[in-house]
Amino acid sequence: MGVGRSCRFESERSDYATLNWRRLGMEPMKKELESINRRTFLHRSGLGIGSAALASLMGADRARVHATSPGVAGLPHHFAKAKRVIFLCMAGGPSHLETFDYKPTLAALDGKPMPDSYTKGQPIAQLQGTELKCQGPLTSFKRYGQSGQLISDFLPWHAKMADEIAVVKSMVTEQINHDPAHTFMNTGTGISGRPSMGSWVNYGLGSESSDLPGFVVLTSVGGRNPQPIASRQWSSGFLPSRYQGVEFQASGDPVHYVKSPKGVSDARQGKLVRTINQLNAHRNRVIDDPEVETRVAAYEMAFRMQMSVPELMDVSGEPQHILDMYGANPGDGSYASNCLLARRLAERGVRFIHLYHRGWDHHGGLVKYMNTCCGLTDKPTWALLTDLKQRGMLEDTLIIWGGEFGRTPMFQGKGGAGRDHHIKGFSMWLAGGGVKGGCQYGATDELGYHAVKDVVHVRDLHATMLHLLGIDHRRFSVPFQGLDMRLTGVEESHVVDGILS
Amino acid sequence: MDWKKDDLNGGAAVGPRMMSRVLLGGSLVVLGAITNSLLASEAIDFSRDIRPILSDRCFFCHGPDGEERKAGLRLDLEEEAKKVRSGGAAIVAGDPGLSDLIQRIKTYDLDDRMPPEESGKALTDDEIALLERWVLEGAPWSEHWAYQRPQALTAPEVEDQSWARNWIDHWVLSELEKQELRPSPDADPVTLARRLSFDLTGLAPESEVVAAFTEAPGRRNYGRMVDALLESPQFGEKLAAYWLDLVRYADTVGYHGDQDHNISPYRDYVIDAFNEGLPFDQFTKEQLAGDLLPDPSMDQLIATGYNRLLQTSHEGGVQAKEYLAIYAADRVRNLSGVWLGATMGCAQCHDHKYDPITAKDFYAMQAFFADIDEAKHFKNGTNSLPTRREPEIEVQSKRERQVLAMIEQEIGALKSLQSGGSPTEEESRARWLEQLKAQLQSEKRKVMVTQAVEPREIRFLPRGNWLDDSGEILQAAVPEFLGTLERPENRRLNRLDLAEWLTDAEEGVGLLTARVFVNRFWFLMFGSGLSRSLEDFGGQGEPPFYRELLDQLAVEFVKSGWDVKHIFRLIANSRTYQQSSLESDTLRDRDPYNRLLARQSRFRLPAEAVRDSLLQVSGLLDFEVGGASVKPYQPEGYYRHLNFPTRKYAAHDDGRQWRRGVYVHWQRQFLHPMLAAFDAPSREECTSQRAVSNTPVAALVLLNDPSFVEAAKAFARRIVREGGETNQQRFSFAFRSALSREPDETELELLSALLEEGDSEDQWVLVARAVLNLSEAITRH
Repeated sequence: MGVGRSCRFESERSDYATLNWRRLGMEPMKKELESINRRTFLHRSGLGIGSAALASLMGADRARVHATSPGVAGLPHHFAKAKRVIFLCMAGGPSHLETFDYKPTLAALDGKPMPDSYTKGQPIAQLQGTELKCQGPLTSFKRYGQSGQLISDFLPWHAKMADEIAVVKSMVTEQINHDPAHTFMNTGTGISGRPSMGSWVNYGLGSESSDLPGFVVLTSVGGRNPQPIASRQWSSGFLPSRYQGVEFQASGDPVHYVKSPKGVSDARQGKLVRTINQLNAHRNRVIDDPEVETRVAAYEMAFRMQMSVPELMDVSGEPQHILDMYGANPGDGSYASNCLLARRLAERGVRFIHLYHRGWDHHGGLVKYMNTCCGLTDKPTWALLTDLKQRGMLEDTLIIWGGEFGRTPMFQGKGGAGRDHHIKGFSMWLAGGGVKGGCQYGATDELGYHAVKDVVHVRDLHATMLHLLGIDHRRFSVPFQGLDMRLTGVEESHVVDGILS
Repeated sequence: MDWKKDDLNGGAAVGPRMMSRVLLGGSLVVLGAITNSLLASEAIDFSRDIRPILSDRCFFCHGPDGEERKAGLRLDLEEEAKKVRSGGAAIVAGDPGLSDLIQRIKTYDLDDRMPPEESGKALTDDEIALLERWVLEGAPWSEHWAYQRPQALTAPEVEDQSWARNWIDHWVLSELEKQELRPSPDADPVTLARRLSFDLTGLAPESEVVAAFTEAPGRRNYGRMVDALLESPQFGEKLAAYWLDLVRYADTVGYHGDQDHNISPYRDYVIDAFNEGLPFDQFTKEQLAGDLLPDPSMDQLIATGYNRLLQTSHEGGVQAKEYLAIYAADRVRNLSGVWLGATMGCAQCHDHKYDPITAKDFYAMQAFFADIDEAKHFKNGTNSLPTRREPEIEVQSKRERQVLAMIEQEIGALKSLQSGGSPTEEESRARWLEQLKAQLQSEKRKVMVTQAVEPREIRFLPRGNWLDDSGEILQAAVPEFLGTLERPENRRLNRLDLAEWLTDAEEGVGLLTARVFVNRFWFLMFGSGLSRSLEDFGGQGEPPFYRELLDQLAVEFVKSGWDVKHIFRLIANSRTYQQSSLESDTLRDRDPYNRLLARQSRFRLPAEAVRDSLLQVSGLLDFEVGGASVKPYQPEGYYRHLNFPTRKYAAHDDGRQWRRGVYVHWQRQFLHPMLAAFDAPSREECTSQRAVSNTPVAALVLLNDPSFVEAAKAFARRIVREGGETNQQRFSFAFRSALSREPDETELELLSALLEEGDSEDQWVLVARAVLNLSEAITRH
């Protein structure tokens, strides 16, 4: 495997971007530049400044919208059932044994030693070197919906959407500590410097938004003392940096530096940006550098973001019944508000929306903290799915819910009963475009330790996600350090057909 | 010269040039070899034209990795490729019709056609034709270019006797003459002054310097300018920023809680080393093994911070065994990336697919580092700021020690004066100096260093699995295909042996190391290396178009006593370097990649240089050298996702705010947004070439980041106070300061429209912001 970063395509551009496009195989990039010029024209003709005007104009012509960032030629490979992804990351690792994976045998063995046959030679995190005891389920389960999906009492709102979600109960991952496990979930490998799945998707399919980034990250406040989360989780790795996730914040500037300096009105800022672009364009008549054209477009987009992002982030204009449905208080930075923002971002054409809610790392006090975490996330998650559905958007939006790993069937007692990190079997769910609602897939053994039936590796999850987006994961690669890199790597991976509608 | 081994002749292969491969329809179009051979005016060169194709399209099944090999055929070795096997031979020299390889790539039978469709690889018609022609011409083979020992050669003759300034130019001009191309005209003096200043110091030139050079732009003055810039302390800072990317220097541990750790004196050591001209071989030895040198100096101990730069974790639940494996692998990846230009990381789980690096090589290399004390920081690492990563020592940097010595000297002098009478003025100065001395002494910084302990056992890990103890225990060894390093009788091979091997041009791989680095120096002066793959000289890297020139520079580097400044001076004084970067239509068409070097290139400045030069133009830049890391303004709450412990960022509200980018606190998980927006890496792995992006996020930084807004205000003050009386004079001043040139009429008109009502300095802020945001201000031409 290669290491270290290397030059990306962008760095090439200054040298030869306007040249023999076909021979260089860079036609996609040329198209992008042309589309920028077209937008420049729109902008200059007075149609462009306000995001609304531009968006509606662009909306009238989908082909042109698509051209704003065309993605890779030849994609999608096949019909895409989902156009966008909302990934609800429950960071810290929620217990599968208290959410979707009911284990009566584990209940029967509660307090008894964990059979050695399960744990021998397995990686263990905080429990290493301690006596391992079984911990029975700390809540009860019931069947819901026509499908009879088993859902725990911690998740009453999930119960209402039992027939919408496909629960995968046989997930496995390869990293047992939080930081590398997130990296694994996002990039398919524990090695640093690889692109996050949101970057891959944006790179492949391009953006449908002309004034927002195609990959947006929202992290919520609230809950217990959270695990840290690193910005590398939304890094574009070796892909061009315009595909990296941009974090939107509920407090302070919604995007770094998106507000004009104090005392500078929109009009003055607009005049400044226009003058900068005019000066750059004027000089470029002499130096003829394609990078300058790109910079002109970047400044225009930057200003459009200045105009549109604050409007997007301000949910106070939403009707009260919608705010109530999510349980969102505008500006509170909660998971509920972020779910509502996710819908607004999806409506505006953002391709990949990644929510992080932290605090699921329940080494102890699991019942108490499950109540906290589920209390903060259960209803808003339902609201997001339901709201998308009532707007007709669920059918082409893929929602994925889950943590970076699950939790041990073994007891851990850091302040009351809890569970340690666990990677050999855990649960996630998918819903929306192309997903068969109300199904469950795979299974762990009778103690909830090993995934034993229809095992789904993180790579399989990636393959399935790409498949639903119209991408064949085997044919979606980028050359880096002499290798053809894929999100799904070089090891075998499969689309999980069993959950597809 | 052992790193060239005859029995492995051809054991590695040149690959298509990654840089020239672009994504088209989800499959790859490899243009490297074709481009090179189209440019080349002569016969097929196996290493440059053929091996890249074989490597990329065939080696994944027919290469060095025995586990994946199909049909027992390997095409990376000449003997194997030409061996008569049952039913024929892959390659029959001179006879494409009998060569299975040619038949299999040409057949229309899709079941038989190579490469197989499911590989996602394909050969173009041009490539097939090239391979066929090569076989027809006798299928000549040669060793992989990077592992051939560079030979000292005489520079070629040229027809135009007047153009060349030094031997670099002979190599370039002779090729251009063959191609019937002319070099580009010299860049104008303003561009030259800016180019030199940006390349050698990362700062814009002072307008006085530009004015003086424009006045008298001769060769001698140019040479003086080169020398002056190389002697300025900013040269070390500029080069250090690059070095710190390679060795993944950062102020925080990287994993999980991303706590601070103590390392800034190492950064200062690097800056001093480049400024003082520490020979590169010595620089290498001190970093890898300063603690093993006889009677190591303070600086040599600080240098061993290199071995501690890797990312570490202090997460509860970290398994020591797993992380020892992670750290060991990290060290080998970095060492091979930095010094060998090799991607040894590929061999962590399996033999390398393209290069003759075995998985065993990977683990044997780890054994060199087996004596580094890891136990202490595993045991003592805390969730505090900074965390404890012992062994650490308290130090003063060289500069601080020099200042102390000067103070002591002056105190001594003052005391001797006092003995001849005691004027109160001197007494009070002496008191002040004593205070300063005490203060400096109390401000010692801690730095992580390497201390050798009993080496731990290093095992081969099958498939890279740290849980698997079945692999054999390995002794330290260098990769077999690069030669052998004899073990001394009475001790194990250690880090010092490794460092000596890396820099020994006779018995070790010194010339390979030299070639890797002169290529990077070239990159810093041209925006791309002579081989564009700065981090991979292996099979999938790009063979250099000017291979002999690269070799001569490597030989020269060693011959000069590993004198880094000498190589930069040589390149700067070449006429090739001084060409205009404007692209003519002919050159765009003939040589879009600028492989022929018939012109210079242009590129956006690196993140630190963007920051530094704009602050400099505004008059805010603090030129102090060295010291603890500094914290410029940062968006509030940017660290809110950090925990263990939670983080409050307090920006330095004094002059430290305006220090150079190389001193900015490098938080791996949340790098300062300005640096990140301009492509500075998080420094988790070796970075030899940063991306150069051009994004709206970066535009927002220059428009609205308070650092640049304040810089614009300061710049506005300068414009009003120093620019002159009339608006026109002031516009000229603004342009001269930021762009080293006068504005034209259109520009004056556009700027005038930004002038605002009100108080004279405020009036100019918008103008200042506009000028600091210009593409030209952050582009090196």
